[in-house]
Amino acid sequence: MNWYAIKAIYLSELHRSWRTPLQSIASPVLSTSLYFIVFGSAIGSAMTEIGGVSYGAFIIPGLIMLMILTESTSNASFGIYMPKWSGAIYEVLSAPVSAFEIVVGYVGAAATKSIILAMLILLTAKLFVDYSILHPLWMLLFLVLTCITFSMLGFILGVVADGFEKLQVIPLMVVTPLAFLGGTFYSISMLPEFWQKVTLFNPVVYLVSGFRWSFYGTADVSMTLSLVMISTFLIMFMVFIWWIFKTGYKVKV
Amino acid sequence: MENHIIDVRNLSKKYPSGFHALKQVNLQIKRGEIFALLGPNGAGKTTLISIICGLVNVDEGQVVVGGFDVVKQYRQARKQIGLVPQELAIDVFAFVWNTMVFSRGVFGKPRDDAYLEEILKALSLWDKRHAKIQFLSGGMKRRVLIAKALAHEPEVLFLDEPTAGVDVELRRDMWRLVEKLRQRGTTIILTTHYIEEAEEIADRIGIINHGEILLVENKQDLMKKLGRKQLILQLQHPITQLPDELNGFVLQLGENGKTLTYDYVDNQPTNHVTEVLAAIHRSGIELSDVQTKQSTLEQIFVSLVEDSK
Repeated sequence: MNWYAIKAIYLSELHRSWRTPLQSIASPVLSTSLYFIVFGSAIGSAMTEIGGVSYGAFIIPGLIMLMILTESTSNASFGIYMPKWSGAIYEVLSAPVSAFEIVVGYVGAAATKSIILAMLILLTAKLFVDYSILHPLWMLLFLVLTCITFSMLGFILGVVADGFEKLQVIPLMVVTPLAFLGGTFYSISMLPEFWQKVTLFNPVVYLVSGFRWSFYGTADVSMTLSLVMISTFLIMFMVFIWWIFKTGYKVKV
Repeated sequence: MENHIIDVRNLSKKYPSGFHALKQVNLQIKRGEIFALLGPNGAGKTTLISIICGLVNVDEGQVVVGGFDVVKQYRQARKQIGLVPQELAIDVFAFVWNTMVFSRGVFGKPRDDAYLEEILKALSLWDKRHAKIQFLSGGMKRRVLIAKALAHEPEVLFLDEPTAGVDVELRRDMWRLVEKLRQRGTTIILTTHYIEEAEEIADRIGIINHGEILLVENKQDLMKKLGRKQLILQLQHPITQLPDELNGFVLQLGENGKTLTYDYVDNQPTNHVTEVLAAIHRSGIELSDVQTKQSTLEQIFVSLVEDSK
């Protein structure tokens, strides 16, 4: 294992984020805080509790999920797309590193950034809403798995994309709508029965539900199912990345 | 075999577009030499380098670097290679020092600030170590690329068109560094359009065209074997036609009637230089000056590439 290479890629990717602190850190924390203020403190005070949890507290896990899904995807996709675009990727591809080490470096850094952001948002939320975490270790597990999984998705998008616009298509046109409709702001039991069934096809429902369960012990779907789903996505993306490096798809000719 | 740091055997590459970039290429690079690979655009130089460095997949054949197969033992093989690409392919938002640390690390070497400092100083980049690459000039960016390629102390350094578009000062610095690296035992393989550079610094020359190696030759031997010479005689008094004594020789009379030029092959016993001079002496022509001119590597290169068409 080339640990020096993993460390080099990982640290260089983290440096990249610190180079733009406003965009990388302040912006997602600020925009999520605005949700807390508007939906949690302002509108939330006029809403009834959901499953015994105040509305302001209810949306915290969903908002964190919304933020880490989009941030992990876009950050990891930029991380690999930029060197591809500038041509600087030649260095990593000609280095004595395996595909696995490359992925650990890039995905690890993107996931780390998302985890840090999630923690910052959790702390910020304390300023606006009173909440508690019932199963902190499970919360951490869901958080880490989701960050890694969606950073992998971002990595795949970065490899596949052949333009800056395409980089944004999946995070903006797919991930964000799915997150909004995946129970970020509501419990799916509040939907009409037909839409409750339809919404189960939305993979984000399982992520939000599992994550919310780790906070308050209540969930739309069972925690085990959530865990199975997130693990399935993780494995799916891993296999796809393995195939990319095996065939050289969009990486080598 | 062990004297060859790079051994390319029957290497072929066809791109998905159908372009046959390399056709059964065989090439051996000696340890410690400076090898210049010359060829027109699209000849296969960059494909060959890219395969050796692991950037392009091998279709057929084998490449061994320092005794390690570049596919099966890619880690050991790639550790020995440093590559300076043709394009200014670099993260322009990074800082010089950080990018150097990254390059060394990604090639699996522990951090060594003293060594990185030495490289940056050798390339006159030390003062720019805290600069963002974005704000460096094109020449400076190329220096950074060279520094990055050297950051992990490679045994073999590939310079793919390193002097394209760089100023005289950088070129001089670069060749000084190349000389220093050669003294340390680093093998250097360069492709260049500036054939006079190859002529000046290379030990051996390889010429590639249409994906085939046309020849690999020691530079001196190449110049001797294929180099042509011209004997230029300046006459004290102009003449209008060649005297009878010179009839048996192919001599060209200059337009002003004051120069005679004789083409011959260098180092050939039958080049008749002595006879030409004796005939001139017999004809009573008085000379004011005698010059010889060696054909350049560029002329040799052009004639070989033309022949291969």
